Order: sequence, then C-alpha cells, then structure tokens
Amino acid sequence: MIRFILIQNRAGKTRLAKWFMNFHDDEKQKLIEEVHALVTVRDAKHTNFVEFRNFKIVYRRYAGLYFCICVDVNDNNLAYLEAIHNFVEVLNEFFHNVCELDLVFNFYKVYSVVDEMFLAGEIRETSQIKVLKQLTTLTSLE
Amino acid sequence: MPTMRGDAMRGLAVFISDIRNCKSREAELRRINKELTNIRQRFRADKTLDGYQKKKYVCKLLFIFLLGHDIDFGYMEAVNLLSSNKYTEKQIGYLFISVIMNSSTEMKQLIIQNIRNDLQSRNPIFVNLALQCVANIGDREMAVAFTNDIPRLLISGDTLDAVKQSAALCLLRLHRTSPDSLQLNTEWTARIIHLLNDQHLGVATAAVSLIDALVKRSPDEYKGCINLAVSRLSRIVTSSYTDFQDYTYYFVPAPWLCVKLLRLLQNYPPPDDPSIRSRLNECLDTILNKAQEPLKSKKVQHSNARNAVLFEAINLIIHMDCESSLLVRACNQLGQFLQNRETNLRYLALESMCLLATSEFSHEAVKKHQETVINALKSERDVSVRQRAVDLLYAMCDRSNAQDIVQEMLTYLETADYTIREEMVLKIAILSEKYAVDYKWYLDIMLKLIRIAGDFVSEEVWYRVIQVVVNRNDVQSYAAKIAFEALQAPACHENMVKVAGYILGEYGNLIALDPRSTPLIQFDLLHSKYHLCSPTTRCLILSTYMKFVNLFPEIKHHIQDILRHDSNYRSSDVEIQQRATEYLKLSEVCSPTVLATVLEIMPPYPEKQSPLLVRLKQKKPLMEAEGAVEPTSSATTTPVTVYIDDVPKLADTAQQQNGLLVSLDTPESNGHYEDSTFSSMTKPATSTVQSNKKFLLKNSDIIFENELIQIGIKGETTKSSMQIELYYGNKSNFNMTNFSSNISCTGELESELRMNMEPIKATIDSRAQIKQSGTIDCLKDFRDLPKMSITFYYNSMPQKIDFSFPVYLNKYIEKAAMDSNNFFLRWRNLEKPSQEFQKIFPAKFPMIYEDCHQKLEGFGWSSLTGIDVNSENFCGAGIIHTTTQQIGCLYRLEPNKQAKMYRLTIRASRDGVAKRLVELLEDQF
Repeated sequence: MIRFILIQNRAGKTRLAKWFMNFHDDEKQKLIEEVHALVTVRDAKHTNFVEFRNFKIVYRRYAGLYFCICVDVNDNNLAYLEAIHNFVEVLNEFFHNVCELDLVFNFYKVYSVVDEMFLAGEIRETSQIKVLKQLTTLTSLE
Repeated sequence: MPTMRGDAMRGLAVFISDIRNCKSREAELRRINKELTNIRQRFRADKTLDGYQKKKYVCKLLFIFLLGHDIDFGYMEAVNLLSSNKYTEKQIGYLFISVIMNSSTEMKQLIIQNIRNDLQSRNPIFVNLALQCVANIGDREMAVAFTNDIPRLLISGDTLDAVKQSAALCLLRLHRTSPDSLQLNTEWTARIIHLLNDQHLGVATAAVSLIDALVKRSPDEYKGCINLAVSRLSRIVTSSYTDFQDYTYYFVPAPWLCVKLLRLLQNYPPPDDPSIRSRLNECLDTILNKAQEPLKSKKVQHSNARNAVLFEAINLIIHMDCESSLLVRACNQLGQFLQNRETNLRYLALESMCLLATSEFSHEAVKKHQETVINALKSERDVSVRQRAVDLLYAMCDRSNAQDIVQEMLTYLETADYTIREEMVLKIAILSEKYAVDYKWYLDIMLKLIRIAGDFVSEEVWYRVIQVVVNRNDVQSYAAKIAFEALQAPACHENMVKVAGYILGEYGNLIALDPRSTPLIQFDLLHSKYHLCSPTTRCLILSTYMKFVNLFPEIKHHIQDILRHDSNYRSSDVEIQQRATEYLKLSEVCSPTVLATVLEIMPPYPEKQSPLLVRLKQKKPLMEAEGAVEPTSSATTTPVTVYIDDVPKLADTAQQQNGLLVSLDTPESNGHYEDSTFSSMTKPATSTVQSNKKFLLKNSDIIFENELIQIGIKGETTKSSMQIELYYGNKSNFNMTNFSSNISCTGELESELRMNMEPIKATIDSRAQIKQSGTIDCLKDFRDLPKMSITFYYNSMPQKIDFSFPVYLNKYIEKAAMDSNNFFLRWRNLEKPSQEFQKIFPAKFPMIYEDCHQKLEGFGWSSLTGIDVNSENFCGAGIIHTTTQQIGCLYRLEPNKQAKMYRLTIRASRDGVAKRLVELLEDQF
C-alpha cells in the first residue's frame, strides 16, 4: 500500500504531498524533511529504492524534481517505480511538457491527476489513454 | 508563467506569482496576511459572492495552507462549494475538505449529506468526486453512512467503469479504517469476486486491491477468487502485447494488474484443484520464459515493467515453496541478474535470493552464487546493495560454507561502511558460533573481530564470547593463550582488554607454566593497558587483579601496591575507589581458603539462546517479517552478567510506583509480561495464563510495566467487536522517540482476529501518557494470544519489548438469561463429547459464594440462581459473538467445600470452545 506520494525539488520545496495515512501536520513536515535528506544525497548509480523507517521509498528523479512514493517493505519496487513514470508521462501529456511551474500554478489539478491514478493508497488506473481522456473531459467542464 | 487554460482562476495565478516574487520570508508573510485579510472581508461582507469567487478564494486558502500556514476559516464556504452544480467548484470544495478538514468533526454531518447527494446524482462525474473524497478521508462515520450506497455502486450493472473503480477503492479505504462498521453482505461476495473478470482492465486493477484486503479478512469466503485470478493472469500472460492496447506499458501487457494478481494468490496455499494448479504453473513458467526473450525496447521502462512481473512471480513461487523446478529456475534467473548492469536489478536479485535461501528446494542452488555475492560485497557502489549482499551471505550460510563466508565477511569488515559494521559484527559472531565445529576457530574469529572492528563490537558480542569460554572447558587454556597474545599487540582495543582481562582472571593459571606468560608477565602486560582504559574497564581489570591474588599468591604484593596507589585508592571515580578499598582489605584479612572460595572461578552460564540474535532483530525489526533470519530466533534470554556491576544498567531507574495511568487501577499485576528488553515469544500462551490476569475478568488492567514504561488497557465489547484503548505512560525522565507499537496476529490468529489500531504518536514526552484507540474484531473462536511488540529509543538507546497481548475469547461473550427448564433443555442438546469439557481442580482462593458469583459475571456470562437443585452450584450461559457466527455456551461450576475442590463443566455449540473456556477459568477460583 502507498503511504504517501511526494514531489519535491532539489531545494526541498514540496510540489505535491499526498497522504494516504493520517498523520499530524508536524509529523508530515518531519517526514517531508527526512525524505528529502534521504534521497537527495543519492546519485544515479544508486538504486531507486531506499529503506525509510519501517517502510521504503521508491523514487525517481526528473530534472530537478524528485518523485517519491512511500510503500510497505514487501511491496513490489519495480511496479511502483514504473507507476511513478506512468504518472509523470501523464502529467507531461496533460500539461504539454510539464515543468515544475505547472505543478505550482495548477496544484489543484495535480491532485485530480493523482486521484485518477492512485486512490486509497492503491493503483487505480494505469492506462494513460483512459486517464487523459477522463482529464480532458474534466477540463472541458465548467 | 505557464500558459493557463480557459477555466483558470486569474486571481489565483496572480497571487501565486506574487508569492513567488517575494524576496524574503517576511515579505511572503506580509503578502499572505494581506490576502487572508482580503478573503476574510469578502467572506464576511459579501453574502452574494458567486460560485466562481468562492472557488477562487477557497483555492487561495488551500494554497496558503499548503505553504505551511494554518487556516482557521473558510470551511463553511468550502462546504458550500460541494452543493454547487459546477464541476470546477465542487472539485475545489472536495479538495479543500480532503486536504484541510480531514479530522474536523464540526461540519461532518453537512459534508456527509453533500456526499450522499452526490453519490445519488445522475452525473457520474459528481459520483466519482464524492467517491474519491470518501476514499481520501473516509472514517467510521462515513462507513456507517454509506454502508449500502457504495457497495451498490460497485456491483450494479449500470454503473460506469470509472465509478466502479473508485467505488472499489473507496470500500477498501472504509474497510481499512473501520472494518466492523462496514458490513458487506455475503450475497455480494460472488459479484465482487467476479470483478476480476471485468472486461475493463481498469476495473479489475482497482478491484484486486479490494479483494486482496477482503481475502485477508475472510479467506474462505473469497476462495473463489483463486480460479478467476489464475485465469485472468493466464489470459494476460499468454497474450501478445498488442492485445491490450490501452493497458500495454512499454510492450508489457498490464504489468500492474499482473503484479496485483500474483500478490493476491500469495494469500493462499497452492491451489488444490489440479487443473487450476497446472494452469498457474504454466503462467509462472511463461513469465520465467519471457524473462529470457530478447528485450523489445532499450528503454528501462520496458525491462522494469517486465521484471516487476517476474519478481512478483518469483515471490509467488517462493510462497508456494513446492515446485522445485520453478524454484531452481527462479534462482538461476536471479543469478543472471546478479551480473546485470542495472543496480536496481542486482539489488532486487540479492533481496529475493535471501528468501530462496530459506527454502530447502533452492538452498543449494543459491549457494552456487556465493562467489558472485562475495564480489558484490567488494565492488558494489551503493551501500544498500552491499547490505543486501551481507544479508544474503548470512542467509545462505550453512555448515559447508561457513568458514569461507565468515572469512570473507571478516575481510570485508575492514573496509565496510560504518553504517553496517555493527550489524556485520553481529552476523559474523552469530554464524561463527552457530557453525563452529572447532571452538578454537570460533575464538580466533571472535578475537580477530574485536581487533578489526572493536568500536562496533556491542556488549552482547563480547559477553557472549565470555559465556562460550566459561561454558566450554576444552577451550579455556586456548582462550587464555590467545587472549594473552592479543594483549601483546601495541594498539589494543578496549573491548579486547575487557575480554582478555576477564579470561586471564579466570584461566590465567592455565598458561602460567609457560615461561613466556608467567603470572608476573601476565600481570605486567595487563597493567600496561590499565591507564589507557575507561573507568568501567578499570573496574573490570581490578576484579581480574583480585582473581590473580587467588590464582597467583606470589604476585599478591604487586597487586596490593596497585590497589593502594592513590590513583585507585583515592580515585575520583567512586566505583574504582570502592573496589580498590574493598579488594585491598579482602586481600589483607582473608585466609587463602576464604579467598579461594570468594574468588572461585565462574560457574557455567545457563545454556540459553544467544542474545545476539535478539540484538540483531532489535537493530532491524523488519527482518522478522521477511523471514531472512532463521525461524527459531526468538527466545528468552537472561541478560549476561559478567561482574554484576560491570553490566551497564538500562537507565537510572526512577522507581515511581504511583502509576501514571490515573484512570486505571494501580499496578498489581505485571504478570503477563516477560520482562526486559529481550523478547520471549516462544513461550506458549498458556504459561502466561498462569499469571494473575485481571483483564480476563475486568475491563481494564496494566498489561505491561517496567521501570521505563507502563501500558494499560481498557476494553469494551459489543457483539464481535471490542473497542480498546491503550495507554502508554512514559515513567522516565527522558523522552521516548521513534515510538512504535504493533500488535500482530500470526498463524491461525491471522484469520481469527482482526486488529485495527489507530496510528500512534512517535514521541512520548517524559512523564507523559498517550492514548491509542482501536478495535479488535473476533472473526472466529480463537485460542492463542496476539503478540505485542513495542520499540522506541530511550536516551538514544533502542529498546524493544515483546509480550503476549491479553485478549481472551471470553471478551466476546454476551450474557444470556434463562430459566431452569430452558437451561437444561439446551444443556441436553449439547451432548456430543466434543462439545463438552470438564475439569476438576483444587481451590486456589477461599471458597466464598459471592466471590465466585462475581468472577463468573466478570468473565462475561450470566450467573443464574435457581437453576440447579443444589443451591451451592453455579450455572449460567452466554453467547460468544464472532463476525460469522454465534456460539452458545453453558456452564456448571460445582464447589466441594470438604475437599476444597471444584468441578467445572462447560458445554459449547462449537467444538473445542468448551475446552478453551475451561482453560481460561480453571485457575481463577
């Protein structure tokens, strides 16, 4: 099960935080900082997985952004690694060459994308075509 | 600024730009405060704010909140947006409550009403929004409120696919947060299972996650999913990637669905039905074959997706653990990955192989890769990969390769990362003891270990060396010899001085005839280290000197000189001073025979399991679940005592007995727990039952207490669900951090009890108490007790406490009243031998009628009068509620005051239950 999804830039600014567990606000802040400290020190030769408390982080870096998914230790690493990429491809398509600023100015839309693809801590929809079709329908609405 | 779409909120974009342009934190704060004032005024003044304005302001508030500021208004406006009939307004409303208001209760009813309206809407987009909201913030109240609406959406024929997907995961959320409030009608089971067959792969993808959770709750009820999962999997695996246009990801058909299906199947043993089983084996075979095909794309996404499925298939193969050909093929495949260019793959291969090493079918196959794994240890750049290599070496180690593996690990240790050294030291120590044929070899290894990694040798490790030496008299003289040699090294680690000091004090006489190690030489050598050591070690060495006085009377006056020396006799360290004074006196006043008695060599330690395993698990609590350590590795261990006071104490024990849990009775019963930081999980539950267990008959108790922590419980049962509250009190003067508490049901219990505990705060301040609520549902009658495991850091030392969690079957009994006729009618109906259990036992307490009556009532069932002809006897009845059935039980307790005995007879409608209840009750009277 996914415990949370984070998108952070190299400086540690959070561009998306989606929580699937109930945490206190101060605990969330602590988790965000810890994850940032954990993934930013790793280089390209390292694995995309790293142990984190009693969970693990599966992450991938895209330009200056780190996409991190926190999952249970026995979850399938590669499946979540590619779930990240699938998500990024959808964002890229939806925002026409997504960049960090798109996520800032359209933060409320990013949540919609997440809800289409991940729900209740599980993968909901994996077809990019289906997700994008649904998102296009939604954006055409008032 | 990026291009904005038609629906964009211009004011929001301007505001975000402003914030981004702020040069300082203060400027940002000023801008935010200005905006907050503005919004507040708008909300207050302008009653006629239109939907667009409202949406824009609520969205701004959300943005401000996400920047890390508190938002304490605008909730009502957000909730108002929910009833808008415009998608964009509704969406912002839902988003706001999902992100900000998830724990607020004030407007709960209003929100629930709005959600209900949307769930019943004809517009699937609105239905979906409402479902997504519940999936994000659903709680007990929502589970109750929508217990019919959501399942209906899931199984109804005319629901859109997208809505079904959300409904499935929405149910999953409610099931996780509040399993007992969500009652799924058993008539729906078949239809839920059939979602696996849904034409739309997205529906199947979402539904598997729900079914996986339901299977964990009632495996038998959902057994039908095995067949469907296997056939769905088979259809995907054997198809070509072109068959699933939308769901093909980089030439791999539906990888995520495959992974989920393979995980679902890991909830069950291998299928019984031979045709399903052979179909599943074909699937697994096909997946393994595909891994050998050339890649269809150079993109890493392609190989990742393919391997995600492959690794999950291997997990299933390991889980089934019965097809040796598949296991060996899996092992060979992983062996190939060990050489792969991708670090990820090498890492995952090492991880999976750890599991394979524990299967008897593949253990030998794994061993073939020993050399590669050792190379990984030497050449991998990522420490986490090297860590996995260490784990695997540890897992594949057996008697045949122990010497090599231990040697390689030792060599690597010299250059290993600091972060993993301590763990490696433990592993080397465990392996070399476990597979030692010759204990001289063991000692050589251990001393070498201390020499090259002294700083990382924890106390448990060197205590254990001493335990082994003390208990094996065949190695004692060898130990003395090599300890003496080790001390001769110019730079000698303090841990080495401790070990050598201890061993020479006990067995120095065994090498004293050798002219190279006469008593005086031994003494001088040891004393040359004395001044370099910490006070604790000096204390230990002083004790060694004292032992020398007994072993070697000829050097007594040398030692007395040392003891008399100001640096000891008048040491600023109290302990040193005391030892010097007392030892000096002892050496002066005692006759040789008295000395010989006082300073006798240490008796053997009781043979218990090595504390090292416990230590290893403390370090890595996750390994328990992974099964990478051998299964026998939990047991009682007494802390090793060398010289009683050389063992550092856990903490200064603040003996506060007044109990922090004011709401509970004062502690009188610590009976449940097996004390100390060391776990004792192998003790059968029955032995804990012997203790005084108040929670059996009352609704609250202290379930654990030591000098650091007190844990109390309160419980209240309605039918098959017990609401519990746990109170964790920190009795110490330090904060406890990284606090975690876990109650686990293993083995049969997994399907008998369902725990649902809310998350717990990670820190307990000094002298503070935190509360954790939760529910424990009884799915089936049960016998064992769950295990409770608590870990935390105290004064930066990791602590772990394990004990049995006292939830007993009788907690789910509901009283039943009846008259005499009825009672005996039912009694006679339960006449099968398996339904009755009887026990005669002596009275433990004074045989007072009132007390017995009270205890029986406290146990949960009724204590009826006027049933039995003999008014001294007790009779009564109760119903045990589980989620699936009700078990009637009747009892009769007959005291015999002359003989001071009782006869207890219990009859229950379900086999085995009567016996269980007798066991619980028999020592209570």
